[in-house]
Amino acid sequence: MSAVWWAVIATCAGCYALKLAGLSAPRRLLDHPRVQRFAALVPVALLAALIAVQTFAHGQSLLVDWPRTAGLGAAVVALLLRAPFLVVIATAAVVTAGLRWLVA
Amino acid sequence: MGIAVGLAGLAFGASAVTAGLSVTQACVLSLFAFTGASQFAMVGVVAGGGNLVAGTAGALLLGGRNSLYGLRMADVLGARGGRRFLMAHGVIDETTAVAMAQPDDESARTGFAVTFASLYLTWNLTTLLGAVGTSWISDPAVLGLDAVGPATFLAILWPRLTGDGPETRTLRTIAAGGAAIALAATPFTPPGVPVLIAAVAALAVIMRRPR
Repeated sequence: MSAVWWAVIATCAGCYALKLAGLSAPRRLLDHPRVQRFAALVPVALLAALIAVQTFAHGQSLLVDWPRTAGLGAAVVALLLRAPFLVVIATAAVVTAGLRWLVA
Repeated sequence: MGIAVGLAGLAFGASAVTAGLSVTQACVLSLFAFTGASQFAMVGVVAGGGNLVAGTAGALLLGGRNSLYGLRMADVLGARGGRRFLMAHGVIDETTAVAMAQPDDESARTGFAVTFASLYLTWNLTTLLGAVGTSWISDPAVLGLDAVGPATFLAILWPRLTGDGPETRTLRTIAAGGAAIALAATPFTPPGVPVLIAAVAALAVIMRRPR
């Protein structure tokens, strides 16, 4: 079995285990302020890091892919205009694809 | 919300296949992991040719959110015995939001069950569609599908960064710091690892300033 399959299985098993652990754990854990801080802060750091890396990193090198960067910029504009989720994602893809088509 | 999840499912299927996963692997993730941000994170690392252990670790760190949801909902859902194992799978952002918005436990349970069932169907069907559709396209970059992953994260993150108050300011600082740290670490560490380093930086803030 390929390495990717192992990662898929580990992700599935781990994500389910985390959900089950929450339902099964003693509730007083929730009163712990550090647990609450963890839940609020870590996803924000992770998501921001993922956005940065998926936009500007290619393997271990940093590069600015202009169409993709512009697509993300368009998504920001859509978010500022309070566009629904669907429109935000579609805007990013359409702008990126359009710019690539123009340059090609 | 159904339409939004449907589009996210399409985007996930497309991203997974763009990253080099098979259609089956994309569908297995949606069926059994069933938590969008974690799935996108794992697939994103694979797309960057990244370290699979780091990709899985990133997915699990994001999945830790659902543990907190479960802690909060355990009493409301009254999950005991065997049903707990089924209910656990449905504990995600959207079902928690719906259940917590209900006036009493009875409607919270109904809201949870209905949201879980409909989102589960939508998410898995659209993952399949997105993955199959993308596997027919020779170069997904032409359609701008490589922008879909980061745009999805941005849309998930956005509501947490808008608004006033010291808490939102802290979150903005952490977001900016996380992005900067991840980019700074990119040339020196295998793909996937920079994202984890950014999360560790958030942990440092938590340990230093408990409230």
